[in-house]
Amino acid sequence: MDHRLGAGATLAQQAAKRADMPLERIQQRFAASASLRRRAVLPYFTSGFPDASTVEAMIRRADDVGATVVELGIPFSDSIADGRTIQRSFHDVLKQGWTVEDTFQLVARVRPRVECALVAMVSYSLVWRIGVQDFMNRAARCGFDGVIVPDVPVEESMIAAGAAGRADLGYVGLVAPTTTSARRKLIARSSTGFVYRIAISGTTGERTDFRVDAMNDIDELRDAAGAPVCVGFGISTAEQVGAACVVADGAIVGSAIVRRIADAVDAGQSMDDLVDTVGGFLSELITGAAHTA
Amino acid sequence: MIAMIPMNIDVMPVDDKKWGPDEHGRYGEFGGRFVPETLMAAVTELGEAYEAVRHEREFWETLWKSLTEYVGRPTPLYRADRLSKKIDGATIYLKREDLNHTGAHKINNTMGQLLLAQRMGKRRIIAETGAGQHGVATATAAACCGLECVVYMGAEDVRRQKLNVFRMELLGARVVSISDGQRTLKDAINAAMRDWMATSDHTHYVIGSVMGPHPYPRMVRDFQTVIGKETKVQMVEATGRLPDCVVACVGGGSNAAGVFAPFLDDTDVRLVGVEAGGESLTPGRHAATLSVGAPGVLHGMHTYVLQNADGQTEQVHSISAGLDYPGVGPEHAHWKVSGRVDYVSAGDAAALKAFTTLCETEGIIPALESAHAVAHAAKMAADMPPDQNVVINLSGRGDKDVVEAGRLLGRFEE
Repeated sequence: MDHRLGAGATLAQQAAKRADMPLERIQQRFAASASLRRRAVLPYFTSGFPDASTVEAMIRRADDVGATVVELGIPFSDSIADGRTIQRSFHDVLKQGWTVEDTFQLVARVRPRVECALVAMVSYSLVWRIGVQDFMNRAARCGFDGVIVPDVPVEESMIAAGAAGRADLGYVGLVAPTTTSARRKLIARSSTGFVYRIAISGTTGERTDFRVDAMNDIDELRDAAGAPVCVGFGISTAEQVGAACVVADGAIVGSAIVRRIADAVDAGQSMDDLVDTVGGFLSELITGAAHTA
Repeated sequence: MIAMIPMNIDVMPVDDKKWGPDEHGRYGEFGGRFVPETLMAAVTELGEAYEAVRHEREFWETLWKSLTEYVGRPTPLYRADRLSKKIDGATIYLKREDLNHTGAHKINNTMGQLLLAQRMGKRRIIAETGAGQHGVATATAAACCGLECVVYMGAEDVRRQKLNVFRMELLGARVVSISDGQRTLKDAINAAMRDWMATSDHTHYVIGSVMGPHPYPRMVRDFQTVIGKETKVQMVEATGRLPDCVVACVGGGSNAAGVFAPFLDDTDVRLVGVEAGGESLTPGRHAATLSVGAPGVLHGMHTYVLQNADGQTEQVHSISAGLDYPGVGPEHAHWKVSGRVDYVSAGDAAALKAFTTLCETEGIIPALESAHAVAHAAKMAADMPPDQNVVINLSGRGDKDVVEAGRLLGRFEE
């Protein structure tokens, strides 16, 4: 498949080569987590919140403590799917004049220093405006390994998924609790890298009533996609990560992390202390995932 | 049921094979459904429910009964002789949507959507509102049907439109003030969509304009098309022919879509949409989306939007809170690109002048939104001969705006 690899290439060379291919890095990272007998933990950070250097430091810490994939949200002025915590981080960053190019530069700086995969969470409003293929090419070039475009339903996803594929980026489809069986198959088949199973009907945000018993479609999704299935929305504790990982291949944690960052900023913590706070929480979450595999 | 149908109008939605959306809700390249997966089940359910009643005569006869007996339709088409004389050009007719119950065209849509919501077995109604007219119209229809109602409104609009907030509360609705983002209409829409994501099993979201994901643009246009159907019949009765020109203001675009739709194939009738030019056409100081915006994606639809180079929504401004929106209905985008409808803008000052002119010449206080249409129509009519007829859709009355107008005209203390 990859003509750049001769038959005589060593395994190490092949592994190194593979890491150049964004989508394959996602696959490799899930395989690596599995080989350590634990499920994947996917922390979410808002790009630029509270500032570029702190986000870079947090991504490196997440990588150090064993995050499989880091999800990086690109701030958008009108994100419908996000709850208050992430919306506020978006508005805060946009007020500072943060641009999409700033996110690309941040990723370009951090990419050579981490092994985890980096996936962008980005509204189609931004992707469309910048130009779908242009956005995907730039995202791949700076070091993203995949994209999640939460406001493009599968019927409209041909253009975005095709452009991501041409840029070798993973294209992660989302499945909701209300998604019909026929659509689940379509979404899973159009997904590469992993499938994002939304745990609850509603926006992102911490929930006390997070439950996994209704998620009986995980195996079906995994089979249809031929890729791991990760659960997100409403997961905010190590216990919930553990519960999600009983049925799924990984857990995505966003608002609970962003809230801790916002609280640390409000409390006037230094960058080192903030990164330690977040890093400690990430270690807890990863421990939660370790008991389940 | 046999409803009294005034003026021999066909109650069924107009055939839209030529102009209407395809099965994906596309008007040419515009429209579609760009919503989170969590909302897809809700918009799909709504699309199927609406498609079913769209062909059901009994639904439309029931709606017409409430439009005549409760809303007060048909609204008059009034020849504005003193305004025409002052302009000294074409003859101006006013389609008096300001005389509807609650004071604007918005109730045509909310009565239709509430009837549909009841058919779907929904027990809770949510809506967004800018100036408050759609919120009042939704609260009214919900009260009339006995359903629970929650209205989302930007904190800035809550401040500007206190009277409408109280009206909604009197009507039994709960008004939720939104302090996020720019704290205006677009933020209220975001909040309503977020509510609907978690509640769509028992809640219907009444969008107030021809915008949002399919089927909203088509459904709201169908409910508002009563304006254009009546206008057409009334104009022929009054003058023996169709008008030469129809003018309407465009924010999201529902009153314009409603009055334009029945005239789309009458190519001799010029159709003009008037957007809010605000203070100037520099970014952030206007809401002239079709005039100076570009195609993009916002609020579930692909349409013209006001965004920066990254796709972040721009600030918008207008003296009229109902036109203060950074997007526009996708069908308008299609009509613009196809050349069927001309889109222009009128600024704050021109609208305010038209507001006072209509008060003085005709004894009608128009909504500041509608005053934008009056401003452009007057300018255009001045260059037309008196035997030509211009219809202005007077979408709402200005009672809600008198305090703001008084402030702008320097009559009240700040």
